Amino acid sequence: MKLTLKVWRQKNATAAGRFESYEANDVSPDMSLLELLDVVNEQLVNKGEEPVAFDHDCREGICGACSMVINGHAHGSDRGTTTCQVHMRRFTNGDTVVLEPWRAKPFPLVRDLMVDRSSFDRIIASGGFVSVNTGGAPDANALPIGKVDADHAFDAAACIGCGACVAACKNASAMLFVAAKVGHLASLPQGQPERDARAVNMIMTMDREGFGACTNTYDCEAACPKEISVDFIGALNRDYRKALSSTR
Amino acid sequence: MIRLGDGLRSSIGTKFLMAVSGVLLLGFVVAHMLGNLQLFLGHEALDSYAQKIQDMGALLWVARAGLFTLLVLHVGSALKLTRQNRAARPIPYGVHKPFQSSYASRTMVMSGVIVLAFVLYHLLHFTFGAVDAESYALAHAGAGLQVHAMVVHAFQQPIVALSYMLAMALLSLHIAHGVGSLFQTLGLNTQRTRCAATRLGKGVGAVVFLGNVSMPLAVLAGWVGGN
Ligand code: HEM
Ligand code: FES
Repeated sequence: MKLTLKVWRQKNATAAGRFESYEANDVSPDMSLLELLDVVNEQLVNKGEEPVAFDHDCREGICGACSMVINGHAHGSDRGTTTCQVHMRRFTNGDTVVLEPWRAKPFPLVRDLMVDRSSFDRIIASGGFVSVNTGGAPDANALPIGKVDADHAFDAAACIGCGACVAACKNASAMLFVAAKVGHLASLPQGQPERDARAVNMIMTMDREGFGACTNTYDCEAACPKEISVDFIGALNRDYRKALSSTR
Repeated sequence: MIRLGDGLRSSIGTKFLMAVSGVLLLGFVVAHMLGNLQLFLGHEALDSYAQKIQDMGALLWVARAGLFTLLVLHVGSALKLTRQNRAARPIPYGVHKPFQSSYASRTMVMSGVIVLAFVLYHLLHFTFGAVDAESYALAHAGAGLQVHAMVVHAFQQPIVALSYMLAMALLSLHIAHGVGSLFQTLGLNTQRTRCAATRLGKGVGAVVFLGNVSMPLAVLAGWVGGN
């Protein structure tokens, strides 16, 4: 089939950007979106033009690198998938596919479709860990954790930090990401000692990085390739409230 | 750790203030509506109710100051968060589509600003008599307050009745998302209650809409105050 790609092209963070259109002929319905971009890039290189820069690594939906807004939807319109899992059979012959980078002030553009998500790393560094100051690593299973708690922690830990929640949110809020990271450790006994400080510090860093605030529209949950529930945002708000009420 | 003042200045802290002021304002909206519905009980009922409020004296001013404070807190928080949200996406998308968010949730700023404009108009109309002076004069013509006559005269003008109904539609939209949202904001939701909160919001929005719209509608249709 034939597709028209409208791709955001921008040399670097400060250069002016614009949409460029590319025609792709002989597109196989089994191609992934990233494979389509590979084909388009090959054509561009053969013509002596700059290929489209985009992030990717695993190409199987586990690393979270492939950040793209596809026809207005972060990671495409399907639930529970990343950009690398979007296949051309989702489009029909003659369609136009618009590709844009994540748009958020804390995700500065690097080039074309690539953005810098280090702001997420700084949020993690401000509290997304458990401090263990002495001794060797504890034995596995030395600390029994019930099935329900373990599953709950794992649901949150499924977050791959791709940034789709921010990209999909009309306010560019990172609440689902922070809620997943806080909720993961808050579900486990190891996370309890630093629980209050973690919630407060990660929220403060989130604000400082320039993310927007949550208005409970819940688009983040639908965009999340790991289908992390906004229930974790409710739980984060609860942890933050408890941390505040224990101060004076 | 963290001082309470600093904690309330963060995005979540500001949302706490917005949610608490919002739910208290909602309390006023519902009480105000229930009082006004006495329109259907005839002019004695509504007029003596209005007189009683007028006679509260100092207490009335305490209530007014409280409501004003809540509104300033609510609108101030909304302004601060809206600025933060706009700044977080300086370059807009060429194409950006919602996944599952409701219309009401995406238009809280719009509905809020229209409600604020309506509140000002409503005060100028029935409290200060600065617009539609003819209706206002009716209320203060005799010995006691004649609120029933004032309201009927005001709503017999289609443009007035329709603008009130439109404003109530937007207030209800605002409340529908606001009520569904405030349980989440205040961290009161569990996995089981979130959908119930969303439904409750729609229900409260519908009640506020029907209750308030019934009054201009009834007057306009001639069911109240007609011949
Ligand atoms: C009688 C009047 C009003 C009532 C009863 C009301 C009620 C509420 C409630 C219950 C919330 C939910 C808070 C939360 O998400 O946790 C809310 C949010 C909000 N309100 Fe109001 N409000 C009123 C007037 C206004 C006005 C005048 C404005 C602005 C000019 C405004 C702007 C907002 C905004 C921007 C939000 C946040 C929206 C969001 O989080 O999605 N509101 N309101
Ligand atoms: S490339 Fe790893 S998730 Fe898409």
